[in-house]
Amino acid sequence: MNNNQFDLPGSYKKWTWGLIVAGLLAVLYGFIMFHPFAHPVHHEAGAQADVNGTRFWAVLLQNSVYWLLTANTAMFFICITTLAMGGWQVAMRRVSEAISSVVPVLGLITFIILLAIVLGGRTDIYHWLDPNLYVKGTGTFDKILNGKHGFLNPTFFLVWSALSIGLWSLLGRKMRSLSLNSDDEGPMDHVQAKKWMDSNFTYASFFVVFFGLSVASTVPWLWLMSIDTHWYSTMYSWYTFASTFVSGLSLIAVFVIYLKNRGELEYVTEEHLHDIGKFMFAFSVFWAYLWFDQYMLIWYSNQPEETRYFIDRIGNATKTGPYYGLFFFNLIVNFLAPLLILMRKSTKRNWTVVTFVAVLIIFGHWIDFFQMVMPGTVGPNFELMPFEFGIAALFIGVIMWGVGNYISKHSLIAKNHPFLKESMIHHT
Amino acid sequence: MSGIKKFVVGSFDDEEVLFPAVKNVRKAGYKIHDVYTPFPVHGLDHAMGLRETSIHTAGFIYAITGTTTALTFISWVFTKDWPLNIGGKPHFALPAWIPITFELTVLFSAVGMVLTFCYLCQLSPFVKKHHFSPRSTDDHFVMVIECTDKTNDLEVQEFLQNAGAKEINVQVAETGWWLGRYDKEQQLYREELGY
Repeated sequence: MNNNQFDLPGSYKKWTWGLIVAGLLAVLYGFIMFHPFAHPVHHEAGAQADVNGTRFWAVLLQNSVYWLLTANTAMFFICITTLAMGGWQVAMRRVSEAISSVVPVLGLITFIILLAIVLGGRTDIYHWLDPNLYVKGTGTFDKILNGKHGFLNPTFFLVWSALSIGLWSLLGRKMRSLSLNSDDEGPMDHVQAKKWMDSNFTYASFFVVFFGLSVASTVPWLWLMSIDTHWYSTMYSWYTFASTFVSGLSLIAVFVIYLKNRGELEYVTEEHLHDIGKFMFAFSVFWAYLWFDQYMLIWYSNQPEETRYFIDRIGNATKTGPYYGLFFFNLIVNFLAPLLILMRKSTKRNWTVVTFVAVLIIFGHWIDFFQMVMPGTVGPNFELMPFEFGIAALFIGVIMWGVGNYISKHSLIAKNHPFLKESMIHHT
Repeated sequence: MSGIKKFVVGSFDDEEVLFPAVKNVRKAGYKIHDVYTPFPVHGLDHAMGLRETSIHTAGFIYAITGTTTALTFISWVFTKDWPLNIGGKPHFALPAWIPITFELTVLFSAVGMVLTFCYLCQLSPFVKKHHFSPRSTDDHFVMVIECTDKTNDLEVQEFLQNAGAKEINVQVAETGWWLGRYDKEQQLYREELGY
C-alpha cells in the first residue's frame, strides 16, 4: 500500500537513541546532583543561594516549551498553506506532518513538567505561585499580582495548558488523518477533491483560530512571560511565535534536505528549497522586528517599571547585565546571519547553505528561549554546560524518534493530493 | 540601439506551441527581438536564453543608499543642527531612528527598482511604443524576430509558418525609446488588420 515510506537507516536510529540516552543521562544527573525536589529558594532571597534546583526546572521548562512550540508550528505551516490554497508545499507536506506528529508526545512531557512546577509550588520559577502574595493586610501582599490573580492562578494555568496541548494534538491528528486517508482512497475526481479540500479547510481554520488564541496570545503569557511576573509586554506572544515559527520552518528544511540527500522526496527540487529559504529569510526579519519593537515600545514610551526585563538581561547605563552577550548574540545569529546569507537567490537554492542556516536558526532561537527563561529564574548564575545541551539532546532525540516513526510507516508522498501536480511543476 | 528596423512578427495562440518554436528559432540562428505574452509565462526567459536579471543588485544598492541617507540626515539634525530634549533621551537616540531608517531603506529600494524597471523596459509617460500586435494583451503570444542585413524575411516567415504561428506579418518599427524619437505621423495600429 504505502510503497514510498522511508526505511530508516542504521545511522538515523543510532543518532536518535544516542541523543535520547544522552538526554536521559543528563536528566538523571540533574536528579541526583541538583536536588530538584528540595524546598525552592527564590533567587532574590539569598544572594549566594544554591540555584541548581531552580536551574533543573528552568532548563526543562525552556527546552520543553521551545521544542513543543517549534514542532507545533509544522502543523500551523500546513494549515496556513492549506487555507491560502498553496500548492507548492504538497511535495514535502508529509515531512511537516511527521514533525507535527511529535506534538502529543512533547505536549505530554511539557505538561508533566508544568504540573511538577505548579503543584510543586516552585515559586523560584513562577513567583505568582506564592499564596502569601494574595493575603491582604500582610507584608507580603502584592497589589499588582493580586490584580493579575484572576489570570495567573494554578487552576486556570493548568486547565488552559491542558486544553491547548489537547486541542493542538487533536486538530493536528485530524489534519494528518485526512491526508493519510487520501492515500488509501485512490485518485480523486473533481467533486471528491473539492469535498476533501473543504474538510481540510474546516479543520485548518479551527486550528489556525485556536493557534491564535493559544500560541499567539495566552500560552506564552502563561508559560514564559509569567516568569517575570510583574512585567508584561504586548509584543511577547508575537515574539515567541515568530521565534518558534522560524525555527519550525528550519526544522522542516533540515528534515527535507536530509531525506532528499537520502534519495527520497523525488518531487522536491531547488524551487521548493528556494521557497523554504524565502520563508526562513522573511520570518527571521519578522522576528527581528518584534525583538526590536518590544524594546523600543518600552524605551520610547518612558515606562520605567517595564525596564526591569531589560535591566535583568543587558543591564543599564552604568552596569552591564549578565545576559548582555547572549542578548546581542541573538541578534547576530537570528537576524544578521540569515539576512545576509539568505539574501541572494543562489544561496537560497543551495542545499548546503540552507542546511547551515537552518541549524544556525534552530540553535539561535534555542539561545533566545534560554535568555527568556533564565534571568527570571536562576538570575545572574546561569550556566551553559553539558547539562543544558544534554536536555536539548533529549528533545531533539524525541523529535527524531517521532519523525522517524511517521516517515517509516507512511508514504512520503501524498500521492492523491489534488495539488500534487502543481507542486511537481512548481517554478519560483 | 536606435534606428528603423524590419521585424518579422509571428503570433501563436498556444504556449505549448510557443516553447518549441522559440527553441527552434534560436537554433536556426535568427535573432529574437522579444516575445510578448498576455501573462507571465514560467520558464520562457530561460527558453529565450535571457540572462538573470540584476535588478535585485540594483535594489540592494538603492536600499543601502536609503539606510545611509536616513542615518546621516537624522543624526546630523538631532545632534548638530537642531538638538532637542525629547523625554530626557540622549540626542543620539538610535532606537527611535530605526523605524525611519527602515522605512527610508524600503522606500529607496522600492522606488529605485520601479524606475530602473521602467528604464530597462523602455517605458515612460509620453513615450509612444510600437505595438507589434494588440492581441499580445489578450490571447496571443507574439514572437518578434529582428531582421539583419543577411536575413531573408520570406524564409523567416516560412519558418514561423512551420513552427505553428497563426498570424505572420512583417513590420517596420523604430527601436530605441527616448522622448520624441518616434515619427509623429506613424500609425501605431494598422487599421487594415481589422482589430
